[in-house]
Amino acid sequence: MNDAPVIALSPETVLAEMKKNGVTHVVWLPDSETNWLYLLMKAEPSLRLVGVNREGHACSVAAGLSAGGAKPLILIQNTGMMESGDSLRGWLLGLNIPVVLMVGYRGWTRHGVNADSAATYTERFLMAFGINYYLVESDADASRISIAFDEAERTKRPVAVLVGDEYHGFNR
Amino acid sequence: MMRTADMLKAFVPYRKDAIVVPGRGGRYWVELTAHPNLDAPLGDPAMGGHAGFGLGLALARPDKKVVLFDSEGDIQMSLGMLVTIAEQQPANFYHFLIDNGVYATTGGQPVPNAEKVAYDVIARGAGYPRTFAFTEIGDFERALPEIMRLPGPVFVACKVVAEIENEPIGRRRRWQTRTRDQVLADLRTGLATTR
Repeated sequence: MNDAPVIALSPETVLAEMKKNGVTHVVWLPDSETNWLYLLMKAEPSLRLVGVNREGHACSVAAGLSAGGAKPLILIQNTGMMESGDSLRGWLLGLNIPVVLMVGYRGWTRHGVNADSAATYTERFLMAFGINYYLVESDADASRISIAFDEAERTKRPVAVLVGDEYHGFNR
Repeated sequence: MMRTADMLKAFVPYRKDAIVVPGRGGRYWVELTAHPNLDAPLGDPAMGGHAGFGLGLALARPDKKVVLFDSEGDIQMSLGMLVTIAEQQPANFYHFLIDNGVYATTGGQPVPNAEKVAYDVIARGAGYPRTFAFTEIGDFERALPEIMRLPGPVFVACKVVAEIENEPIGRRRRWQTRTRDQVLADLRTGLATTR
């Protein structure tokens, strides 16, 4: 793997994966790079957006949605995911909630030398919680999003999709 | 001031087929409920999350009233959730607050600024269109029929007597009769959901 730019992950592709997997609600807190995706989601009649102001809230909201028969997706940044530790533990892992977390991988570099501690601790955090994850960098990786949805349903656990193209695709 | 058990007893006649998330009132509610398959007595999965869980249920099931008995310690931990609920405007969501002013399960230490916080005012400021506050059980009982007729989101702050637990956790009476997995499985059955 090198540091060369790859073809971007387009927001249209992400939205198509949401629809394909029957997502009903997107529980999210925007980061600086998701505006194009936001505009697409907002225009999509099959989705309801639930904006939170602290990422841990997304876990309890998603748990309630799932318990009521809906299919939520959590869309947050890695910084907020780390802030959400106890909510992840109690509301998602503790209640066996089958949910996908799409997590913007702030600081991700393809060569492993990064200058952002948000990236340094992202995968370690997920490993500590025993949450499986898939890296998605471009449209060519999009099928991994469906793999994550399938795994969440099969295992009744949260599964993460790390969006490693945060600085290209969503922001165009 | 009222007792939590009396507050919950007063609500029972108005429950009908609503989903109830009893929060920290769970230990009383399990003795009062007539529809355990529509209850979510989850105890405390992670502090501060009951409001989010209740909102999620309300959004997933707009055909049913969702009644949450939250606590002031949880609310203080997630005040921002009030803004999210107010933005979503779930017409089927009834948000009751059991405010005893203390962290009762850890020995009764006061929550920050316990005597001066006006939670109904905070909820109103966050955007809840209808808010109430009660300190006396009689006033609460008289207002309940109207409260449950109103469209949500409604916020109802109730000041209750603190019932402090000082027994070591391992020696406390367990009020849960079902595991959390069983509670959610029963709720899904009660709601006839397929997921």
